[in-house]
Amino acid sequence: MKKFNEVAINKMETLIKELVEAYGPSGEEAAVRELIEEKIKDSVDRTFTDNLGNLFAIREGAAPLLMFSAHMDEIGVIVTHIDDNGFLRIAPIGGVAPHLLVGQRLSFKNGVTGTVYHEKIKALKELDWPKLYLDIGAAGAAAAREHIRIGDMACLHQPFVNLGGRYMAKAMDDRIGCAVLVEAARRLPGSLPQGVCFVFSVQEEVGLRGATTAAYRLEPDYGFAVDVTLVGDTPEAPLMAVSLGQGPAIKVKDRSVLCHPRVRELMIETAEKHKIPYQLEVLERGGTDAGAIHLSREGVPSGAISIPCRYVHSPSEMVDAGDVAHAVELIEKIIMVSWPLPDSGSGA
Amino acid sequence: MKEEEVKELVMELSFAVGISGSEESATAAASRHLERYVTRVWRDRLGNLIAFKEGDKPGEEPFSLALVAHIDEIGAMVTKIEEGGALRFTGVGGIDPRILPGQPVEVHGRTLLKGVVGAKAPHLLSEKERREASKFEDLFIDIGLTKEQAEKQVRIGDLVSFDAPPLAMTAGKNIAGKSLDDRAGVAALVICAAELAAARHRANIYFVASVQEEVGLRGATTAAYGLVPDLAVAIDVTHGEAPGLTPPDVFELGGGPAIAVGPNFHPALTARLEELARDNRFSIQREADTGVPGTDAWVIQVSREGIPAALLSIPLRYMHTTVEMLSLDDLINTGRLLAAFARSLDRPFVEGLACF
Amino acid sequence: MLLEKLSNLPGVSGNEKAVREAIIEQLQGHALEWQTDTLGNLLVRKKGSGSGSRRVMLAAHMDEVGLMVTSIEKSGHLKFRPVGGIDSRVLVSKRVRVGDDRIPGVIGSKAIHLQKPEERLKPFELDQLYIDIGARNKDEAEKHVQIGTYVSFDTACTPFGDGCLRGKAFDDRAGCAVLLELLLEKGGPAFDAAFTVQEEVGLRGARVASYTLQPQYALAVEATAAADTPDTEKERSATMLGSGPAISFMDRSIIVNREIFKGLIEAGEKAKIPFQFRRFTGGGTDAGAIALSREGVKAGVVAVPCRYIHSPCSVLKKSDLQHTVSLVRAWLEATA
Repeated sequence: MKKFNEVAINKMETLIKELVEAYGPSGEEAAVRELIEEKIKDSVDRTFTDNLGNLFAIREGAAPLLMFSAHMDEIGVIVTHIDDNGFLRIAPIGGVAPHLLVGQRLSFKNGVTGTVYHEKIKALKELDWPKLYLDIGAAGAAAAREHIRIGDMACLHQPFVNLGGRYMAKAMDDRIGCAVLVEAARRLPGSLPQGVCFVFSVQEEVGLRGATTAAYRLEPDYGFAVDVTLVGDTPEAPLMAVSLGQGPAIKVKDRSVLCHPRVRELMIETAEKHKIPYQLEVLERGGTDAGAIHLSREGVPSGAISIPCRYVHSPSEMVDAGDVAHAVELIEKIIMVSWPLPDSGSGA
Repeated sequence: MKEEEVKELVMELSFAVGISGSEESATAAASRHLERYVTRVWRDRLGNLIAFKEGDKPGEEPFSLALVAHIDEIGAMVTKIEEGGALRFTGVGGIDPRILPGQPVEVHGRTLLKGVVGAKAPHLLSEKERREASKFEDLFIDIGLTKEQAEKQVRIGDLVSFDAPPLAMTAGKNIAGKSLDDRAGVAALVICAAELAAARHRANIYFVASVQEEVGLRGATTAAYGLVPDLAVAIDVTHGEAPGLTPPDVFELGGGPAIAVGPNFHPALTARLEELARDNRFSIQREADTGVPGTDAWVIQVSREGIPAALLSIPLRYMHTTVEMLSLDDLINTGRLLAAFARSLDRPFVEGLACF
Repeated sequence: MLLEKLSNLPGVSGNEKAVREAIIEQLQGHALEWQTDTLGNLLVRKKGSGSGSRRVMLAAHMDEVGLMVTSIEKSGHLKFRPVGGIDSRVLVSKRVRVGDDRIPGVIGSKAIHLQKPEERLKPFELDQLYIDIGARNKDEAEKHVQIGTYVSFDTACTPFGDGCLRGKAFDDRAGCAVLLELLLEKGGPAFDAAFTVQEEVGLRGARVASYTLQPQYALAVEATAAADTPDTEKERSATMLGSGPAISFMDRSIIVNREIFKGLIEAGEKAKIPFQFRRFTGGGTDAGAIALSREGVKAGVVAVPCRYIHSPCSVLKKSDLQHTVSLVRAWLEATA
C-alpha cells in the first residue's frame, strides 16, 4: 500500500476539522458553503450558487463533463414550539433517532447551545419526538424568544477528534465527502482531459433535493456521488462486506441507484491500475446524490465513491484516515481518465 | 402474429435474463423481434430500448405516441462471501424471501454459476422458527465452491437470477414462468408492432422497453423526458384471479387486459381504448386505480409539462414468483388493442388532450 | 361567498372539472389570460399594475380527498377505496355524492345490534364498508355507476359559531378562494396563479405547472391542520383557529426557503396582519414539488388553519381566510 504524504494529511485534517465542526443542518448550509468556497476557489475556474443553495465549483474543459457531488447538509432538529417555561419542542431534520439525542448538546446558528432531554417515560420504546425537549437554559418563554424563534434549526455540537488514524466527529456524513473533493480539486494538474464540476449539494438528508436541481442545471455527462457508507465490521453488525480501513468503496447499489455498470467498471479499473485499495459496496438501505443525478433529464450514467463510516447519523461518526486519503487519490485518478463521450441518446 | 408465434415469443422473452440495472440480454432479445417492424432501434443512456416507427402523415404536423413496457425483472445481488463459500445476498426489486428456499438460481460471476438457495435444515429449527417466514439474512446461495474458489469467481454486487425456464401449460392456453412481469408487456409491444407493419397510422410511434421499473420506475422517467411523446400507454401486468382473492384486487385470466381509470390516466385516452375494444369486440376489464405509484404511467404523466397517459394491464397470477402465469388470449388481445389505438390517432385528438 | 360555492363542488383528485369550470366562470370579464394543460391544471396570468420583474407563482390545489368505486356487488352495493389520505374511521354513517350526476349515496355499516360485544370495540375496516345508492341489484347500480366512478363527500358549507364555517374540501378550496380574490381585485402586482390538480395523490399537478410556468418565487396557499382541540397538548396543536394564517418553515416535502420564510414574517409584521407558525413538520404541499422544478425554485407555504381536515366536515374561521388574503397580498407586493 502506498504511503500517504504526511504533510498533506495534517493539512487535510485541519480542513476536515473545520468542515465537520461547522453548522449546517439541511436548508441552512450557508456557513459550510462559505467555508468550502473559500477553500476551493483557487483550485477551480469559477464558482456559483443556485436557488436552493448548491455550490458549484467548475474546472472548465472539453466534453464530457463530470459531476462530483458531496452534500454539505447534516441532520439536525427544528424548533416547533416554545413553551411558557422556555423549553423548546423539536422535530427531526433528516433521519435522526430520538434516543441518540438524549443528553446531547445541540447548537443554533447564532451560537445558542442547549441539551436534549425527555419527559418522564416508563420504557425506552416510548421515547419519541413528542417526549423530547431542548433546554437552552432560558428562565422563561420571553428569555427563550429573545434568542430563538420557531423554525430555527440546531445541529449536534461535538468536537472533531483524531483517535490516532481514525477520525471521529458529528457530520462526517458528508463533510468528509466535501473535504475529499476540496482536496482532490487542489491536487489536480493544470490541464485535464475533460471538464469537471464539483457540486456541494444541499438538502441530501431530506431527499436528495439539492442534487436534483443541481444536476438539472449542470446537465453533466457522468455523475459521481461522494458520500459515506455503512460498514459491517462492528460487533453483530448487519451483513455487509464493507470495513473501515480497507479503502474507499465503489458502490454497486443502494436504495436510490443501481450504479451504471460502465461507470463502475471504469472506476474499478482505475483503482486497480494505480493500486489504490478499494471495496465493493451493496448498501441495503439509504441513498446518495447519485440517485437524483442519474435520473436527471434524459438520464446520466452515474456511480458513487463511498467513505466507510461507523455510527452514521450519530454524534460520533467514525472514518479511517487511510480510506479518506485513498478516496482523494481515487477521485483524482478518475478525473485524469479520459472518459468516453456517452451515447447520444437521441439515436438521430 | 399467429398464436404459436406469440407463444414462442413470450417464452423466449421470459427465458432471457434482465435484472434491473443489467437488462442487456433481455433487451437484445426484444430488439431482435422489434427491429423487423420499425424504422430504427437504439438504446438511451440508461439503457432503455427504443424502437421507432415513423407515421404516414401527408402534410400534417407530426405527433408521437410512446408505448412503454418494462424489460427488467426482479432478482438478487451478492452482498458477502461467507467463510464456507456460501453467498449472502439481497433482493433487487420487490422480491419475497419466502419463495426462495430451494429455488435453483444462476450467479452471474466471472462465469455463469449454477446454485441453489439454501437455508438452515428443517430438523435444526425450533418450533418457533418453523412458524416464521424466511428472511434474507437467514438465506444463502450455495454454489458448491469453497470461499477461495468462490472469491475467484464471484464479486460483491454480482447478480443472481432465477434458473426457471418457462412452461407452456398443456391444459388450456396459459404460459407460466419467471419475469412475465413485464415481458408479457414487451411481448404485447412486439405483437402491436407486427400488427402495424402493414397498416397506416399517422402517429410516430416509439416502442419503449424501459429499464429499472422494479426499483422505482427509473427508466421510464428518463425515457419520457428524452422522447417527449404527445401521449403514452404503459403496458404492465395486474393480479390474476386465484382462490381466496376477490375483486377489486384481482382480474379474470382470459378476460382481456384491464384498462385503468383514475387520476393517473387521461380520461380521453381511457375512453378511446374502451370504445375501440367495444368496436373490435376485444374483451377488456376495468381497473380503478386511486393513485398508487405502481407503473411506468405514474412517472410518464408528470414528465416535463405533462404527458397524457393510459395503462393496459395483463392479468397475471402469482406475481413476483418464478411461476407467474398468464393467458395467451389476453396477451394477443392487448397487442391488437394497442395497434387499433395507434391507428385511431390523429392530430385533432392529440390537440384536444389539453382542453378540459 | 366564493369559498362556500367552491367547497360545495365535487373535485376528487383526477376529477377536478367542476371546480375548474367554476373558477374559469369567475375569471371571465377580467383582463386575465389562462390555459389548461393535459393534467387539468388551470394556469392564469395576471399582468398587474406594478413594475414587478420577478416571475412569482401562487399555487392552490383544486382537488380534494374522496373515494372511488372499485367494484359493484351483486346486491348493488359499491366497494370503494379512498383517493388521497383518509382515516377510514371517519367514513361510516356519512352521505356522499356519486359520479358526475352527483346521485346521493350513504355509507352504511352493520347495525350495532347485530355486532358482537368485541366487534363494537374495533373500528370499521375499509373492506367492511360499502356505499349504498339504493339500487336493487348490480344491473340497476350499473345504470349509474361503473368501476372508477368518483365519489365525494356531501356536506353543504354552513356558517356557524363565531365567524366559523363548516364544510368539506376547505383543503384546498380555501387556497383557491384566496388566489381568486387576488386575481379578481383591481391593480396589485403581476403574478401567475396555478390552480393545480392531484395534490392529494402526490403533488402531481404542481410539478407539471411549475415546469411550464418557470417561476423564480412561489408560494403555495394551503389549508392546514389545526389541532387546537380538547385532549391535545398545546405544543402539538400545529395551528390554532383565529390566530391568522400559518406560515410553514418545513414539512415532509420542503424546507421552506429562508428568504421567503422571512419575507412572509416581515410582510405580516409590517402590515400588522396576525399570523402564526405552523408548528408541525409533517404533511406535504405543492411547494415541495415546485421547489424541485427544473433548476430549483425558491418556495414557501402559507395556510389557512382548518380543523378536521381530510374528513367529510372541516371547520375554519372566516377571519383567518381574510387575513390570509391580506398576508399573501402584502408578500406579493414586497416580492414581485
